[in-house]
Amino acid sequence: MHKNPSSSPSRSVYLVTLIDETRREKKTLGKDFSSAMATMLRVFLLLLSLLSLTAPAFSLYEDQVGLADWHQKYIGKVKDAVFHTQKTGRKRVVVSTEENVIASLDLRHGEIFWRHVLGPNDAIDGIDIAMGKYVITLSSEGSILRAWNLPDGQMVWESFLQGPYSSKSSLLVPASLRVDKDNVILAFGKGCIHAISAIHGDTLWKKDLEADSFEIQYMIQASDSDVIHLVGFVGSSQFDSYTIDAKSGELIKHDSAAIPGGYSGQAALVSSNTLVVMDSAGSTVTTISFHDGKVTFNQTPVSTLIEDFVGKAIISASKLEGLFSVKTGTLTLFVRVTVEGKLEVVNKVDYATAVSDLLAISEDRQAFAFVHSRSTDIDLTVKLGADWNHDLLKESVKMDQERGSVKKVFINNYIRTDRSHGFRALIVMEDHSLLLVQQGAIVWSREDALASVIDVKTSELPVEKKGVSVAKVEETLFEWLQGHVLKLKGTLMLASPDDMAAIQALRLKASGKSKMTRDHNGFRKLLIVLTKAGKIFALHTGDGRIIWSRLLNSLRQSATCEAPTGLNLFPWHVPHHHALDENPSVLVVSRCGPSDDALGLLSFVDTYTGKELSSASLDHSVVQVIPLPFMDSTEQRLHLLIDASGQAHLYPKTSDALSIFRPELSNVYWYSVEAETGIIKGYALKEKASDNYSFDTRSIWSIVFPSESEKIIKSSARKSNEVVHTQAKVIADQDAMFKYISKNLLFVATVAPKASGDIGSSTPEESWLIVYLIDTITGRILQRMTHHGAQGPVEAVVSENWVIYHYFNLRAHRYEMSVIEIYDQSRADNKDVWKLILGKHNLTSPVSSYSRPEVMTRSQSYFFTHSVKSIAVTSTAKGITSKQLLIGTVGDQVLALDKRFLDPRRSVNPTQAEKEEGIIPLADSLPIIPQSYVTHALKVEGLRGIETVPAKLESTTLIFAYGVDLFFTRFAPSRTYDSLTEDFSYALLLLTIVALVAAIFITWILSEKKELRDKWR
Amino acid sequence: MSSIARLRPALLLLLLQFCLSVLSPALAISTGSVDGHTINGRIKIPVAIGALGKISNVKVILNGGQNVTFLRPDGYFSFHNVPAGTHLIEVSATGYFFSPVRVDVSARFPGKVQAALTENRRGLTELVWEPLREEYYYEIREPFSIMSLVKSPMGLMIGFMLVVVFLMPKLMENMDPEEMQRAQEEMRSQGVPSLANFLQPAATARSG
Repeated sequence: MHKNPSSSPSRSVYLVTLIDETRREKKTLGKDFSSAMATMLRVFLLLLSLLSLTAPAFSLYEDQVGLADWHQKYIGKVKDAVFHTQKTGRKRVVVSTEENVIASLDLRHGEIFWRHVLGPNDAIDGIDIAMGKYVITLSSEGSILRAWNLPDGQMVWESFLQGPYSSKSSLLVPASLRVDKDNVILAFGKGCIHAISAIHGDTLWKKDLEADSFEIQYMIQASDSDVIHLVGFVGSSQFDSYTIDAKSGELIKHDSAAIPGGYSGQAALVSSNTLVVMDSAGSTVTTISFHDGKVTFNQTPVSTLIEDFVGKAIISASKLEGLFSVKTGTLTLFVRVTVEGKLEVVNKVDYATAVSDLLAISEDRQAFAFVHSRSTDIDLTVKLGADWNHDLLKESVKMDQERGSVKKVFINNYIRTDRSHGFRALIVMEDHSLLLVQQGAIVWSREDALASVIDVKTSELPVEKKGVSVAKVEETLFEWLQGHVLKLKGTLMLASPDDMAAIQALRLKASGKSKMTRDHNGFRKLLIVLTKAGKIFALHTGDGRIIWSRLLNSLRQSATCEAPTGLNLFPWHVPHHHALDENPSVLVVSRCGPSDDALGLLSFVDTYTGKELSSASLDHSVVQVIPLPFMDSTEQRLHLLIDASGQAHLYPKTSDALSIFRPELSNVYWYSVEAETGIIKGYALKEKASDNYSFDTRSIWSIVFPSESEKIIKSSARKSNEVVHTQAKVIADQDAMFKYISKNLLFVATVAPKASGDIGSSTPEESWLIVYLIDTITGRILQRMTHHGAQGPVEAVVSENWVIYHYFNLRAHRYEMSVIEIYDQSRADNKDVWKLILGKHNLTSPVSSYSRPEVMTRSQSYFFTHSVKSIAVTSTAKGITSKQLLIGTVGDQVLALDKRFLDPRRSVNPTQAEKEEGIIPLADSLPIIPQSYVTHALKVEGLRGIETVPAKLESTTLIFAYGVDLFFTRFAPSRTYDSLTEDFSYALLLLTIVALVAAIFITWILSEKKELRDKWR
Repeated sequence: MSSIARLRPALLLLLLQFCLSVLSPALAISTGSVDGHTINGRIKIPVAIGALGKISNVKVILNGGQNVTFLRPDGYFSFHNVPAGTHLIEVSATGYFFSPVRVDVSARFPGKVQAALTENRRGLTELVWEPLREEYYYEIREPFSIMSLVKSPMGLMIGFMLVVVFLMPKLMENMDPEEMQRAQEEMRSQGVPSLANFLQPAATARSG
């Protein structure tokens, strides 16, 4: 058995009781001896508690990775893709995504070879492959050009492109162009064109176009020449074309002309000298030919192409030879441009399609693909660029589920064994999934919606039904024994690598962690995940597999709802334990557009099957959703939705719900934080309902921050479902402090407006951070504290009676974390035993926001090394287990930090009694112990949030961290004191028992014999 | 925090070599043509452990995520278009603990480097630094030892049993013959010989 010498907070409680025993001993034993003994014990205990500080509470052996945790890598919705299939061997596709990820995927299985997550402000504008070995990315609006080594993803060089103004950017990697034996990459960004050497990233030449606000549309290399054309627009009415010598960067020609009818921002290049644009009204197509210095325009109204045309037409920016596509509502037109600039409709399809770029399949032939989806089918058509009537490929592929419309398609070809052309298509769907279609089947698919998680809730799994037991006795006794012998070998470090693998497999099997039923410890749950794509997933906490996924119909783009965005998930229907035939459901709240006053949408989803039970389009907006602590008779949770005009709407809209809610009307309060105006307001409901389920509200208090000196940058409140075990905190000398525990505690941080920018933009003198603790019912400010010379970003977490926040200290130039703890002074005199006996205590008085108890706050600050992306705190079922902070660091790791390190009662020289209580001597910075990273050696790339869910087992909490990656683990803040660890050796226990029984028998026989001998004597 | 003391001699040599050789490249702050400045620096990761695969996953982060860049194969990195002021650079590398570095970009004296590790306030003459320490994220399994087995509860039980089996008879032998006699008589009177009876005289013998 290998036990760590580390002790936990729970164990330190045990230590305290031990000390009490030693004190009792004092009375009975001789005085000298006892005191010597006690000091010795104390020293020993102190040593133990000191040991416990250095060793982390959470630690993992390397072979335990993957037992309780899982990690999934994603990339996000693909923006652009480049295939690399020329060479034999590893075939790959390089993609850039909307999560600013650049990744190289295995074309056979869809796995990630390598991946880099760029910074949040570093959106990728273009990718390409240069010289067959470097991946080139242009990012940050054309200001950063990077080259990555194709096989391993190592960055080879980075080049910074500068220019006078920001503009659209464009990347061109000509295959054949060389300047001084150097392959050239042409990048346009910030009004300049740069020629960059592909080998080492040096700028070969740079040409400032000296045009104000030139927005590039296309950069074209004229076939087999060293001349490049840049076409684009200035403003909305001027067309510009530049011809530049690619070898020297000399401007050969510049043409400019005003476009009749204006320009809407959409353009399609149909040949190397013809551009098609849509006018600003969306009703006229203008063909622009720029040839030999002449720019000619040719206008064609869309109505001549389609008979009954109404509304706006959109040109999809596809690079097709002589063709472009126009989308009007549900129709897609393929239009050919003749040499004279005339337009003729080649084909008309009555559904939305995605069209790929042209792909050269042989020297003179080019192909393109268009794809559309019909519920669970995708139709893929590949045609030759020049010949419309001939299909190279036409196939229909079945999908396993509905994935919405096709957003993008990228094609690649290969030569079949019979020398004909085969095509593979990489398809990006509406639900952000990525599919590779080849030979009429989906070779692989990736659910990359999971890279953009918005909200997470958990749902319990169904109870294991009696009689239909899922757990079967699969193994014989021999196998069971064999397994335990193996485990024993493992603990004794005698196992070979093969054995270790067998042990690992056995552990995974034995834990039954991926079963679809509730377990005794509450480890198995469903994680219901809402993503930006409008798709909901249910993930199993055991192994992270997707139980179901559903693209919600109500969250799809439609005529009535242009840009639906998901907001939150709420548990809607949670059946009690005995309702086995009822499935729980969640409420999905979303709105039609990014602004606050967009109309709301509700959707109800069954968490076991993923079925959308119902959905509703609301006639009001949704700003805030308040889950009420009431259930109606069908066990549906009551929710109050607040709209932008301040009206409150009750859901579900049943008379039953209303009758439950009416008596509680006067007890409903809420608040709003308006960061822009710097106002925090508290509201209550008016008694009179404006209509049946809507209520008027009244403002009851407000706090206005002076806009010239304070700007709200963070507000944070306690989790509403947090459980607190005890209100009293026993401190040294048998004294007690009473925590001020209020569900209505709000933490607000404001900074000086000057210091609200990034680090480095302000001086310590002109920056300050002010934190407030506010009671949200009465608007009472419980505490206000100023940190001079500090600035944001602020991350904060509120729990029990404390708040911990992280900010930047400009004077020390380090990050700091501060803790504020609030204690209720009005209960402090309850400690008097006489008062308790005489009944003069106020222990039975309810905790209420209406009373104004005297509060006492204590606070302390410490340095912390890293930037922090998110802070969370562990939560357990009963709140008995001590808490640990979960800190998402800038390196995308999650660090567990014991709350005891952030205790305002820490001092440089704690007294003996305080040491015994577990108070750590004060140090100026918080320790970072590598073993206490809950993500161990993994990274949750692009970390955005950490969610903790209590398990049924008191010692354990479940942690789900999400970003571009997902990570889940089980975590015991004070070790698993209430259950045996997984590596507990039952075989050793059995062996001991057997040995003991054998020994008893042997001694018995021996004694028998001896007795017999004695009798004979 | 004593990172210098922990540096390996080989690494020190490397550092020295590097300091001598690297006078020419602009490892500092240079003024760009536009408003911003450029910060150039270098991260050194011990080559013995930090294989090439690891270098590719190192991120250099300016001001808590404002800019993120990656290392070139030789460990160099640069941030462009940085305004004058005091900035913070962090390095994220799995397996290493890096101290953040404060860098002063001065508008008045372009090209002047003022950098310091914030963890130990050590100044950097060049913007070149290495991890303070390696990070190992797992507990290390202690190798099997007899002591750990003996110390476990089961080991203690077996140990106690052995003591009873082998040391008790020895104690019995040293007992007073009269007392022995009495004990045996007692045993006989009770009839059935049991383990408890067997142990009882031993216990009394020890206390007496």
